[in-house]
Amino acid sequence: MSVVPGQPDRIRTLLSRHRPRYGEPIFRGLVGLASLTVVALIAGLILVIAQQSLTGIAHNGLAFLGGSDWDPVHQVFQALPFIYGTVFTAGTALVLAMLIGVGVAIFLVDLAPAWLARPVGLMVEMLAAIPSVVYGLWGIFVLAPWLRDFVEVPLHDTLGFLPFFSGNPIGIGNLAAVVVLTIMVLPTVAVVSRDVLAAVPISQREAALALGATRWETIRIGVLPYARSGIVGAGILGLARGVGETMAVTMVIGNAPVISLSLFSQGYTMASVIANEFSEATTNLYRSSLLEIGLLLLMVTLLINAVARLLIWRVAYGSTSRSVLA
Amino acid sequence: MTAMTDGSSSSLPAVAPDALPLSRGLPLGERASAALEHPAVQVEVGSLHAYYGRHRVLRDVTFTARPNAVTAIIGPSGCGKSTLIRCLNRMHEVTPGARVEGEVRLDGSSIYAPGIDPVVIRQRIGMVFQRPNPFPTMSIFDNVVAGLKLAGIRDRQLLDEVAERSLQRAALWDEVRDKLKSPGGALSGGQQQRLCIARAIAVEPEVILMDEPASALDPISTLKIEELMDSLRASYTIVIVTHNMQQASRVSDQTAFLTVGDDGAGYLVEFDDTATIFTNPRQRLTEDYISGRFG
Repeated sequence: MSVVPGQPDRIRTLLSRHRPRYGEPIFRGLVGLASLTVVALIAGLILVIAQQSLTGIAHNGLAFLGGSDWDPVHQVFQALPFIYGTVFTAGTALVLAMLIGVGVAIFLVDLAPAWLARPVGLMVEMLAAIPSVVYGLWGIFVLAPWLRDFVEVPLHDTLGFLPFFSGNPIGIGNLAAVVVLTIMVLPTVAVVSRDVLAAVPISQREAALALGATRWETIRIGVLPYARSGIVGAGILGLARGVGETMAVTMVIGNAPVISLSLFSQGYTMASVIANEFSEATTNLYRSSLLEIGLLLLMVTLLINAVARLLIWRVAYGSTSRSVLA
Repeated sequence: MTAMTDGSSSSLPAVAPDALPLSRGLPLGERASAALEHPAVQVEVGSLHAYYGRHRVLRDVTFTARPNAVTAIIGPSGCGKSTLIRCLNRMHEVTPGARVEGEVRLDGSSIYAPGIDPVVIRQRIGMVFQRPNPFPTMSIFDNVVAGLKLAGIRDRQLLDEVAERSLQRAALWDEVRDKLKSPGGALSGGQQQRLCIARAIAVEPEVILMDEPASALDPISTLKIEELMDSLRASYTIVIVTHNMQQASRVSDQTAFLTVGDDGAGYLVEFDDTATIFTNPRQRLTEDYISGRFG
């Protein structure tokens, strides 16, 4: 359309007319308030939990972290078995989930054709959508008996002399918790690793291919090193999920404050003890001690999450190649 | 998301060898004759068509890159220059849905023949990309010898020798000799590109392909890369894609001019000695392009 003489002036006049701007501060105020709410929630949560656990911290002292005696009747609250249980189950599950999850991610990004990568990726994501109590039910009624009959008994009979396979194979215990946790951590590790691998520039793959690298060698020298810190981040994010997971673990781990290397032993985690005992915590000290466990759990997961996000961010959004150098 | 599918090439129609313009024995370019260190091999392209899915991006390209000479591929944006050069070391087929018809011969034998492993082809035909792409987590040294280590070479003394020689030939040795252990990603853009050239020549390829190797670099770095091409000519056959006609006229012995046809596919308009293309082209299209009338 050609410009009609006089039209620019008309448009300029229209544009220069005053239009009310009071909506501007309201809009800014509203979205600012919404964001502030989140910040206030987190700060308030930490503050209240910390404040409420002060009684426990004062009474229990350092033995809370180092002792293994949990006896509410005699007012002894030592959380080491729970800390150990959390670290043991989440750590073992993480190792397994990393092996499977990074494999899945490599397959989805670099090997699978598009028609396969999309549905498989979707299925992995759906693993994360299954409610934790469903995993727990499946774990206690299906997985635990199966593990007992087909994994624990044979392992006990053949390798029972190893500390990992000693004790009574009854199904319920650390192994069941580790398997359930692995399945629950897997989607986090796989999906984040997939996104991190997909963010590795094509030029890195081409650099390796052009040198005469095979497909696996290309992944090994061009893709994985570049994504290294992001994959570590995926693992740490998975660890955060494993550490905080409550319901499913509580249902299959046996809930006995035992410190044992054995996969067959019953165990207890920080999250499980809170879930199991909050309704019995009648004394102020008991309640405060449970909150102390909660505070510890909160701090650990917050820290883990922060580190993970930092690492992932550096791969996905780091502007220069230098940023991936750990 | 990148699925790397090394598409099979077994369905390619065989092209009779005598259908190819064999140029072995042609007189070498003036500059190339100066210092011939190492006899290189020729790359013959015959009736090459390239596709992305059903879309044809290159139509019927035929030319021969002379040994120990620099062959430039020029043409307007979208004419398939980069696709063409990526067909020469079987990198085109890495893109999902991409395929090739026709013939590319390295020293007389087809690189698309059934049973030929693209990995072997890419060892013999090195490539330097538009954007420098060193492996950022590897040291400078490890970047240079990455191809050798892939091949299982662990002899430390040999690796040291190759690294030094390759860096020297890539005119980078003096700048990095004291920091071979520092990461390759920490170098400047121009240095990174020379590092990539060093990495490519470390595996002693017979041909080096360069896809606009200087287009992301400043003028001084560009000059260094051009000088480098001039010296590498003594040992290798070099094919370079450039959108810069002055660069083509400065560095190359032969020039292929491509443009986009009405069907959207790039085709070869003219192929000749660079001097002829730039001073006395046979085709009107070529003349219009090099004189800046289009493109």
